[in-house]
Amino acid sequence: MWKWLHPYAKTERAFALCSKLLPWCWGGAALGLAIGLVWGLAFAPADYQQGDSFRIIYLHVPSAILSMGAYSGMAIAAFIGLVWQIRSADMAVAAIAPVGAVVTFVALFTGAAWGKPMWGTWWVWDARLTSELILLFLYLGVMALYQSFEDKQQGAKAAGILALVGVVNLPIIHYSVEWWNTLHQGATITKFGKPSIAPEMLWPLLISIVGLGLLVAALSLYRLQSEMIRREMHRPWVQAMYRQQEGQ
Amino acid sequence: MHFESWSAFWAMGGYAFYVWLAFGVSGLALLLLIVQSVKARRSLQTTWQAEQARQQRIAASRARQQQNSKLAEEVD
Amino acid sequence: MIARLTGLLGREMALAYRQKSELIQPLIFFVLVISLFPLGVGPGPQMLQKIAPGVIWVAVLLSSLLGMERLFRDDFSDGWLEQMMLSGLPLYAVVLVKVTAHWLTCVLPLLLISPLLALFLNLTPEMYVALLCSLLVGTPLLSLVGATGVALTLGLQRGGVLLSLLLLPLFIPLLIFATSAVDAASMQLPYNGQLAIIGALLLLALALTPVATAHALKISQN
Repeated sequence: MWKWLHPYAKTERAFALCSKLLPWCWGGAALGLAIGLVWGLAFAPADYQQGDSFRIIYLHVPSAILSMGAYSGMAIAAFIGLVWQIRSADMAVAAIAPVGAVVTFVALFTGAAWGKPMWGTWWVWDARLTSELILLFLYLGVMALYQSFEDKQQGAKAAGILALVGVVNLPIIHYSVEWWNTLHQGATITKFGKPSIAPEMLWPLLISIVGLGLLVAALSLYRLQSEMIRREMHRPWVQAMYRQQEGQ
Repeated sequence: MHFESWSAFWAMGGYAFYVWLAFGVSGLALLLLIVQSVKARRSLQTTWQAEQARQQRIAASRARQQQNSKLAEEVD
Repeated sequence: MIARLTGLLGREMALAYRQKSELIQPLIFFVLVISLFPLGVGPGPQMLQKIAPGVIWVAVLLSSLLGMERLFRDDFSDGWLEQMMLSGLPLYAVVLVKVTAHWLTCVLPLLLISPLLALFLNLTPEMYVALLCSLLVGTPLLSLVGATGVALTLGLQRGGVLLSLLLLPLFIPLLIFATSAVDAASMQLPYNGQLAIIGALLLLALALTPVATAHALKISQN
């Protein structure tokens, strides 16, 4: 069942696969984000309650979804690295973490900028924002752990274990925060009404989710390639690749 | 198009500051990440080139040394 | 094997009691942090009672981090850990013994001085009982998860700040449920539910973290 995975244990094979996928990811990301965001910003109708401020949704929701998605991707990579001892999977953990952290930051920032006109303050300890904040801490932990190791291979393995511990914790954190939020719900906070979203609002949202997803994938693959080069600088395949680039 | 004019589009129904702040900062964050990734890749290549140049220098000086010792032998 | 493991536990306890100052310092830190709060927010008994659950549990988290490092550090630097891996004992069991010893020596004293806190922060008897229960169930969880964090940062020169960076986010669910148990007790409400959740988390951690810790220890050895 897992046989297709084994050729990619060789770093140069995985590198070649990344090179093949990257143009599609960059292109799809540019196209998806352009269409989704322009549609959402200019053509979608305004929300009848929140007016035009609701247009922040076209960044907030995709980044919130992808911050979780990137973490699960990182945990899957860590699991593959742990079980099958595939080096490129360990490198992927280190490659995805900064991308996920930036996406989480985007989710937090857009949430705050949306909260100011809706709630009247930049920051409310609302369940979703609090979970995102903790997720950001988890990403920062993985990055900090990886960076503290001199031996990057050892660091990537340690970061992988931390990512797995985090992914077990993530649902627990999520539900505990949600529960805590309902417990301490102040009367002053007006929650977002859960709007049954109209299709002409939904389509641009779906397109921007796909677009941002492809951007995250592209950045992760690109950083993964850099990680491979850094780790295998003296291997023949890197030498050959750079020689070829210089020859051109 | 939902908005009647460009100025209405930029005004975002009075929420211009929040909407454009959110989009601006998010775009900037993603752009910085892309720039940082590309720069890191570039610096890898310069590291490799420097390494390569060093190897060549070492090889050249070794060849010179061998030549010198050969010359010295001939003089003897 | 059981005999060897109990022998191990005895060794750990003996070692811990020879380094008394290392045991006492986190304890003093704990009491200090707690007594800073009345000075910071004012001595009003109502106010203190309201913030007490959060304050106590945050102080428990912070002071447990202080003593956490000595869980594996000395064994790592003097090579004992490497010997243990070669000894044929399952690393999983060794980790459990180490965590038990750590809990008995570093955390139990914390529970023993908790009546003092009840006085300092004006807890009602119900709140104190709830606090004691939440500490009893919650602190082994701290030690188990903490052991994984310590094992991950073992090969590093300065792991102290990094350790807290890794561990504190993981402790958030515990903090939420434990403080809410004490809160519920202050309002005369039942708090079995919160304790049951902490217990479930403890069992989950008991099953998973020794595996993660053992693996992290193996990584630290290359």
